Amino acid sequence: MHISEGVLSAPVLVTGAALAAVGVSVGLKKIDYEKIPHVAVLSSAFFVASLIHVPVGPSSVHLILNGINGVLLGWSCFPAILVALALQAILFQFGGITVLGVNTVTMALPGVICYYLFARLVNQQKGGLSLVAAFACGFLAVLCSGILVAISLLFTEESFMSVAKLIILAHVPVMIIEGIITLFCVAFLRRVKPELLGGIYGKG
Amino acid sequence: MIKEEFSSGDSLVHSTDPRIKIIVAVLFSVVVAMLSNFLAIVAALAASLLLIMIARLSIKKVFYRVLLVNGLILLLWIFLPFTFKGQTLFVIGPLVGTKEGVWYASQITLKCNAILLALIAFLSTTPISTLGHAMSRLRFPDKIVHLFLFTYRYIHVIFHEYHRLTNAMKIRGFVPRTNVHTYRTYAYLVGMLLVRSYDRAQRIHNAMLCRGFSGRYYTLSQFSINRLRDILFLSLMLAAILGLVILQWKTIS
Repeated sequence: MHISEGVLSAPVLVTGAALAAVGVSVGLKKIDYEKIPHVAVLSSAFFVASLIHVPVGPSSVHLILNGINGVLLGWSCFPAILVALALQAILFQFGGITVLGVNTVTMALPGVICYYLFARLVNQQKGGLSLVAAFACGFLAVLCSGILVAISLLFTEESFMSVAKLIILAHVPVMIIEGIITLFCVAFLRRVKPELLGGIYGKG
Repeated sequence: MIKEEFSSGDSLVHSTDPRIKIIVAVLFSVVVAMLSNFLAIVAALAASLLLIMIARLSIKKVFYRVLLVNGLILLLWIFLPFTFKGQTLFVIGPLVGTKEGVWYASQITLKCNAILLALIAFLSTTPISTLGHAMSRLRFPDKIVHLFLFTYRYIHVIFHEYHRLTNAMKIRGFVPRTNVHTYRTYAYLVGMLLVRSYDRAQRIHNAMLCRGFSGRYYTLSQFSINRLRDILFLSLMLAAILGLVILQWKTIS
């Protein structure tokens, strides 16, 4: 869900950059030098995951996974997503320099919200409840990103209303798929590597 | 799949000091994003096209890249001419296209592509590792630079891992379809990537400790801007950016 260069107005770009700077500096405080390899490897895992295309009927969508990213990394998902987006901009020209702030916020802020809402729930004893939380986490993260994209478009120009509505509507299938994928992914991690869900990256 | 397609070359743009390229790329993008004057925007697009030519990049490859990224722009063209209020330009059935809407959509298209081309010309012509070292010399926060370089390093490793896993899936007869089985399989694939990444990160950290990692990551590459052509390039670019600002500002006053 990248916004292209040249679309947003200056106040929106500046606000986005300022919010991203705050988020990234909070995130960086939580990463000490020992954790950098961990965050970097996870950041590249999410970069690669975003290249996976999942079929939906005749079309396909690529994974975003900012919900589980937030649950695993907490505030550190801000710098992790910033770096991944910068690399995407340089390697594939998705997004760019001036929208880097806005795009970081639209992806990472929902991640942080999911961290506070679901990190505990996902990691608790009862399997059923944790899976419901996992679905909600994947669903909500994409919904929040869509809303943030819509808001940045609307603050730029009110005529973007119908485009913004369409973007959110088009992401409804993505929300459901992200929910399902996050659910199964959490189920897998609970069995294979429960300590990953224990907030080893997010804490501290 | 993850290739730095444009990073090798011996053109003027390729051999310019990467710190200069970063600074100019940021300045150019920011200035162009603010433009609203038609002449200034066209001049910006012309400037970035010229840069692509100077960098001697394959026009075909650049064109293909730019085309891929214009998806959102296409979406805007479907809506903007009709949702913008203003003078009627054309009518399709019940839809009224306004002059202002078309102007706004074309303004966005031109600006987007101007910035895109400049991004390719300035940043994609630099190897990522060099960019990281240049960022460090430009006093970007150390942790960001480390994260940037490490992430780039491990993207390749994890992408390789991803390939191994998908190959194994294919051999076992996995065909992606729209069903829960497919989604579960992809979710397990992602889960496995995360688990292996975690184990790998643990090993990397241990290896770094063994080699005496003390929290600093040294960069050996030295850059120096004492070559005449670097200074010439920088002043030319700054002059061009200033030119855009003047074009914009003159018509406002």
